[in-house]
Amino acid sequence: MHEMSLAEGMLQIIEDNARNGGYGRVKTVWLEIGQLAGVEVEAMKFCFDAVTRDSLAEGARLEIIATEGEGRCPACHKTVRLAERYDPCPACGGCPVEVTGGTEMRIRELEVE
Amino acid sequence: MCTVCGCGEGEVKIEGNAHHHGHGGHQHAHNPPHEHAHVQYRATGNGLHFGLGAAHAHAPGLSQSRMVQIEQDILGKNNAYAAQNRALLAARGIFAINLVSSPGSGKTTLLIRTIEGLQGKIPLAVIEGDQQTSFDAERIRATGVPAIQINTGKGCHLDAHMVGHALEKLNLVDHGLLFIENVGNLVCPASFDLGEAHKVVILSVTEGEDKPLKYPDMFAAADLMLLNKVDLLPYISFDVQKCIAYAQRVNSRIRVILTSATSGEGMDEWLEWLLARK
Repeated sequence: MHEMSLAEGMLQIIEDNARNGGYGRVKTVWLEIGQLAGVEVEAMKFCFDAVTRDSLAEGARLEIIATEGEGRCPACHKTVRLAERYDPCPACGGCPVEVTGGTEMRIRELEVE
Repeated sequence: MCTVCGCGEGEVKIEGNAHHHGHGGHQHAHNPPHEHAHVQYRATGNGLHFGLGAAHAHAPGLSQSRMVQIEQDILGKNNAYAAQNRALLAARGIFAINLVSSPGSGKTTLLIRTIEGLQGKIPLAVIEGDQQTSFDAERIRATGVPAIQINTGKGCHLDAHMVGHALEKLNLVDHGLLFIENVGNLVCPASFDLGEAHKVVILSVTEGEDKPLKYPDMFAAADLMLLNKVDLLPYISFDVQKCIAYAQRVNSRIRVILTSATSGEGMDEWLEWLLARK
């Protein structure tokens, strides 16, 4: 259940930015989560709602931007899409495919007032 | 995390005192935004409370919605603490290993055998992470090695901030070896850098050979897998080669050593691995 820690980390980032940016309420949060980031989206939404209660982001909408897993095949050297970390290369069956993308966990943008 | 710092996880205890300490003894080096947080909000029994400063200020004319691009990694804060820990350890020539595994893989017993093999050769210290009890730290201290227990309360992993506080309290000797025994959990500790040189995953043969595929993140994050309790192999159905192949499918660089804290098998190779990287 590390989504709870991650949600707390999100709230801290939002808080820090609110202080520096001079806004008092956050209405929407766009969160980028890679397919290989090890984050359960539904758990993340649940935890975000729980930790933002009584905060400037209470009731904020959490929009998930899902980025696909991506890797480089050691055999055919192609950049391929990866659904799971240990999947073989969909083009030639080679493995292990080196993960090059889809591990992001990043707040991209906020709608504030 | 620490309530003084406003980090939200109020149940963490670092042995010796609950982590609700006064600011007088709070010597952890915080970066500026983090110190700022001390003033701006605090954790109480009911959660985080804001409204002590700018966050709640209502500026006329600023009530229209607008978009703010922030592009910040949500593990950024943990990673900043990990970088602080890493710098502190590097400055003192201390080599840190983060031991991760499921509960019951034999981590603590293996660690005690490791300590017995290294004692007298190199200064040692241990940070123990568990949700509750200081049983493990007591077991380590019985060997004569300094150890400190972190209880995470409901937390499922150690984070770099907790480890930073533990480093302040632990009697570290320069140019030594520090073992951080993480909370028994094959999922969450994979995401949290503590400032260690290497993550070492321990998998016992009683857990089944398919674990590297079932919990790939942990095996992807580790540099070494200790396949433990191999003295039990004659009594159970466990395919060693399949397990190693699965681990390497997830992480082509992972090294594997077969160990048994009971028979001593593989211990020399494991100690050599440690000393060669120190």
